[in-house]
Amino acid sequence: MWAYLVRRLLFGIATLLGATVLAFVLLRVLPGDVATELLGGAEGIATGATVEKLRRELGLDRPLVVQYGTWVASMLRGDFGNSLYTGRSVGDLILSRLPFTIQLAIMAELFSLLIGLPIGILAAVRQDTLIDYSLRFWSIFFLAIPTFWLGLLVILIGMTVFRWSPPLGYNTLWEAPGANLSQMVFPALILASHESARIGRMTRSSMLEVLREDYIRTARAKGLRESLVVLRHALRNALIPIVTYTSLFFGTIMGGVVVLEVIFNIPGLGTAFLEGIRFRDYTVVQALVFFMATVFIVINMAVDIMYGWLDPRIRYA
Amino acid sequence: MARETEAAVDALASRGFGWRARRYTKAFTRFVSRKPLGALGLFLVFAFVVVGLFAGVGERRIIATHDPLAQDPLARLKPPGGAHWLGTDEFGRDVYSRIVYGARVSLMVALFAIGIGTTLGLLLGVVSGYLGGWVDLLLQRLSEIILSFPAVLLALAMVAMLGAGLDKVVIALSIVFFPTALRVIRGSTLSVKQNVYIEAAQAIGATRLRIMGLHVLPNVMAPFLIVASVQLGSAILLESTLSFLGLGVPPPHPSWGRMLTGGAQQFAQTAPWLVVFPGAAITLLVLGFNLFGDALRDVLDPKLRGR
Repeated sequence: MWAYLVRRLLFGIATLLGATVLAFVLLRVLPGDVATELLGGAEGIATGATVEKLRRELGLDRPLVVQYGTWVASMLRGDFGNSLYTGRSVGDLILSRLPFTIQLAIMAELFSLLIGLPIGILAAVRQDTLIDYSLRFWSIFFLAIPTFWLGLLVILIGMTVFRWSPPLGYNTLWEAPGANLSQMVFPALILASHESARIGRMTRSSMLEVLREDYIRTARAKGLRESLVVLRHALRNALIPIVTYTSLFFGTIMGGVVVLEVIFNIPGLGTAFLEGIRFRDYTVVQALVFFMATVFIVINMAVDIMYGWLDPRIRYA
Repeated sequence: MARETEAAVDALASRGFGWRARRYTKAFTRFVSRKPLGALGLFLVFAFVVVGLFAGVGERRIIATHDPLAQDPLARLKPPGGAHWLGTDEFGRDVYSRIVYGARVSLMVALFAIGIGTTLGLLLGVVSGYLGGWVDLLLQRLSEIILSFPAVLLALAMVAMLGAGLDKVVIALSIVFFPTALRVIRGSTLSVKQNVYIEAAQAIGATRLRIMGLHVLPNVMAPFLIVASVQLGSAILLESTLSFLGLGVPPPHPSWGRMLTGGAQQFAQTAPWLVVFPGAAITLLVLGFNLFGDALRDVLDPKLRGR
């Protein structure tokens, strides 16, 4: 178990380094000098001297390796630089936006599990019945609907039928829990729709496989209630592949978070990232890429480790 | 079911079609009768391809009714009906024509992105699986790095670095999609490698390139097609999401995702057709690819997992 842990950890760090190098290099190496872009582009009025001055200020004239080194060092210290657009600290930006994004992601993940798992189990247990077919149809349908369209439709229906519109300002969870939850529940549900469909399908096929196993037959032969057979014996084993895909699910949810933040005006990391891209705010973009890379790689590592703990067979793979 | 296939094959035989045509028709009719949902998916995809292809040529409109870019200030925000089958947007542009031309754009972006990305994954997967060693290790690590990011965020980051533009979007999408294909094909290659004919080819001294190209590649086409068809749906979704966020296909190309920004959101209450139709188009096309991909997997994958 420890060998597996150490291997995963080392690999995670290597991946993180690789990802940051890639991000850093791509941003620096591609055509379109950062300094020129910031001063209004090639057609701007900035003279060569001003561009040079900015380049020196931003440290762009030093060799690439040195730049990368300084950047990583400052990242590790927690200094993410200042936004090129607003001048404020990027660290502050991340801290202020993070709670909303995390909350949305966690709520969406929870909803998708709460909706998807029971649906998958039900469809597997009642295979080939009307319930099965309608649940499968629902899953396939929701996998094809673009999340942002669903969000727009929900808002549209909300506005026309219920006279409701997305809130203009958001409270954090500790400021006003009631208001916060009522604001966040809709975007979380919409995000969950896509993932719950995928989880439902996976749970269904996984359960179907498990239900054919011999130990299930034994459990039934012992005379156990069907519900016990399903829930206590089948479900545990069926959940293993679902767990492996948790990091993937979380990733998809994080991806969808961006879109939903835009539609529902949530001031989260997604909108910060978009604004950074739109306004060519390279410090913000870089910092957020680094931050996201760390988060995802850590989550992947955690899920891999948990998977190794759950299923001893793969520790020796 | 057997009767329909027989009938189709006989019809061809009586007209003098060769054995290949008969075999493909037989496979096709069997597919349609065994997997009606897959056939529905194929039909949806085919419908959109036809619509995109025959939207119009140059100035002439065939399936579209108007110029998708032509603004008509006098006909702004008109509801569906009359000359504008699906209404007009805030600039007076015909929604129906924009959807029709948008099909062309979305399909082209998706086909190019998947064509490049999945093919790259195919080639690299075969190389990685067959050669093993440090090549395999390197490619595996690379694809794991890319796969550790969610598709949307990765695509956004790519666009942030590469800049806007149609070609950049295609490149970004290819990079997002090739690792999955690489993984799947690599797995297939590993099992194909166990076969005796590979050993035989090696024994008579075939070069590695020859073995990879002539023996391994044709035998991994089945998983390749499955991955490609499923990824096409994801590509359409990802492209429309990027366009929705303003970082996808740039104007003037009409894009379904971008049709849902701006005016669509502003005037959503008074002009719901602006929101409903482009989104429905995306949903139908993705649904088509998903249904077809699922059916293809059920048919081609010998290890059927309890349906």
